[in-house]
Amino acid sequence: MYTRKIKERDDDKENPIPDRGLFKNLSGFKIKAVYGPEDISQFDPENDLGLPGEYPFTRGVHKTMYRERLWTIRQLGSLDSPSKAGRRTKKLLQMGATGISLCLDMPTIMGRDSDDPLAEGEVGSCGGVSIDSLEDMRNLLEGVPLDEISINFVSNSQSPIILAMFAAVAQERGVPLELLTGTMQNDILKEYQAQKSYYFPPRPSMRLTIDTLTCCNEHMPRFNPISISGYHLASAGATPVQELAFTLANGFTYVEEGIKAGLPVDSFAPRLSFFFKVHNDFFENIAKYRSARRIWAKTMREKYKAKDPRSWLFRVHTQTSGSSLTGRQPENNVIRVAIQALSAVLGGTQSLHTNSFDEALSIPTPRSEKLALRTQQIIAHESGVTNTIDPLAGSYYVETLTNRMEEECEKYFKEIEGLGGVISAIEKGYFAKAIADSSFSYQRDIENGKRTVVGLNEFVEQEEVDVELYEPDPRFEKEKILDLKDLKRKRDNNSVESCLNEIREVSRGSENVMPVLIKAVRAHVTLGEIIGVMREVFGEFREVSAY
Amino acid sequence: MKKNVRVVIARLGMDAHWRGSIVVARALRDAGMEVIYLGNQMPETIVKTAIDEDVDIVGLSTLSGNHMVLAPEVVRVLREKGMDEAKVILGGTIPPDDIPRLKEAGIAEVFGTGTPLKKIIDFVSGSI
Repeated sequence: MYTRKIKERDDDKENPIPDRGLFKNLSGFKIKAVYGPEDISQFDPENDLGLPGEYPFTRGVHKTMYRERLWTIRQLGSLDSPSKAGRRTKKLLQMGATGISLCLDMPTIMGRDSDDPLAEGEVGSCGGVSIDSLEDMRNLLEGVPLDEISINFVSNSQSPIILAMFAAVAQERGVPLELLTGTMQNDILKEYQAQKSYYFPPRPSMRLTIDTLTCCNEHMPRFNPISISGYHLASAGATPVQELAFTLANGFTYVEEGIKAGLPVDSFAPRLSFFFKVHNDFFENIAKYRSARRIWAKTMREKYKAKDPRSWLFRVHTQTSGSSLTGRQPENNVIRVAIQALSAVLGGTQSLHTNSFDEALSIPTPRSEKLALRTQQIIAHESGVTNTIDPLAGSYYVETLTNRMEEECEKYFKEIEGLGGVISAIEKGYFAKAIADSSFSYQRDIENGKRTVVGLNEFVEQEEVDVELYEPDPRFEKEKILDLKDLKRKRDNNSVESCLNEIREVSRGSENVMPVLIKAVRAHVTLGEIIGVMREVFGEFREVSAY
Repeated sequence: MKKNVRVVIARLGMDAHWRGSIVVARALRDAGMEVIYLGNQMPETIVKTAIDEDVDIVGLSTLSGNHMVLAPEVVRVLREKGMDEAKVILGGTIPPDDIPRLKEAGIAEVFGTGTPLKKIIDFVSGSI
């Protein structure tokens, strides 16, 4: 009866429900005016959802979720100089952050030391910290309780070296490696697909990833060696369903590569973690998390034969959408971030980073980053949404979207398989093109007014931006270069040379690079020097232009 | 009769953010311009390409904060090599206070975050 009534209403030609062709989510799914039982007629809560903490984990990876422990409130502690970043980190922790992310500056990201001519004008850039040597890592982590706080290193191509430095500092301070928690982003696949900070071709890069995985497996069992990241795909323009499909496809590729390297799936899969972006569409985002958990659990159990239930868990860190922030009327971004953050919480994230409202203009000020942190605390402690787990389960709309996301993902998986898997698809330029196409059509929708962005293409004011912005320290680059030159003079350069030779040898062979990297960073070999030697051995990757 | 407008688009220095540069490159191409997309490059290489390709516009994109050092450097090297006509434009995450200083350094126009593509196309096609 109820179903029939909804249908009659949909078909009512005299009083039609408006459809201006605008009712689509960001993945392009057409959204109906009303959802009802007929949309989820096959709905079987026991098999489709399970209880929270139970297979297939649609409702969440933990039995108790936020009632027992809130998500990790993880904000960005990095800033140009390692000591400043260390201070910023400690301040965020004092204000109630419970985790920290540390970004790297552009030269470190691109594997260049501060004194490299290519690094001119970029040392300490982009809200990232400049890491050349072990000394920098020491300064960065000074006074941060490494066995208590989980640090997320936003590090990719250079991860083996950052990991080596992190381990070396922990050992110097007497913190046992097995107590270290935290995450290395270390997701090379999405670098080729979206973020573009790679050095070597995909196959040697994958070998380095597996080396770090094996090392963490043996020595750092509480540390997440990879955070498989959809965030960058989405920031480059991927739609939510593309983000979901490509991220999962990448995740399965790491699983296959680990198995190929001889690791039993349950030895490493429990430590694989993920990183999503919250887009603007509130419910679509929630559905994305729910279907991600279900697809991951089912595939890990059925296809990859993982037996350990922890291998089935899609554990995810989230960041609100930097690319949704506007430079016009920047205060509006406070609201965007709050809505996105709420959506991530309702989606069941394990960790969350809220952006600051001024990020479309510059890196955050202390005032704007405090507001971003407080946004999470207000959601956590005042809104009441943490009282019950997966409150949207059973919603006709959310369950329909969750199913649809899963179906569309399967189509992408088949397409990628048809191209010979993720690495071949990268080499064929598939992802770069798919993402560029989505990004272009998103921009076109804004330009022709199909998609409203408040303050940008509607409700526009001719205003001067009147917010206080962060002022980068103009002296920092010079000082950093002087410090590095000083280090290079004072260290034992014979042992540096012999470490670099060893790295060259090990890179040519198939032995794990981690032991020799740890030895090298202790001898004050710099990040740029190590990458330099590896570039000689592995060669450099050139992108296929996708415009 | 003047040839098609020729544009070189580059991501400045090491900045990896590519979305804006690709979207603008496509929009200009679709508007009938000849676009050479360079990916990441330092000022010297950008200028060399600009000369080899005899471009009218050099479009730079950066979100990493290197604009105050590297963008004026592109203008300087371009003029030093005798390319007086080509205009240099810049897009990305640029704090508003930096814009007057960039213009003083010879950047013809700065297209910050949220700029409609049409505005960029109009500027570029109106430049020759």
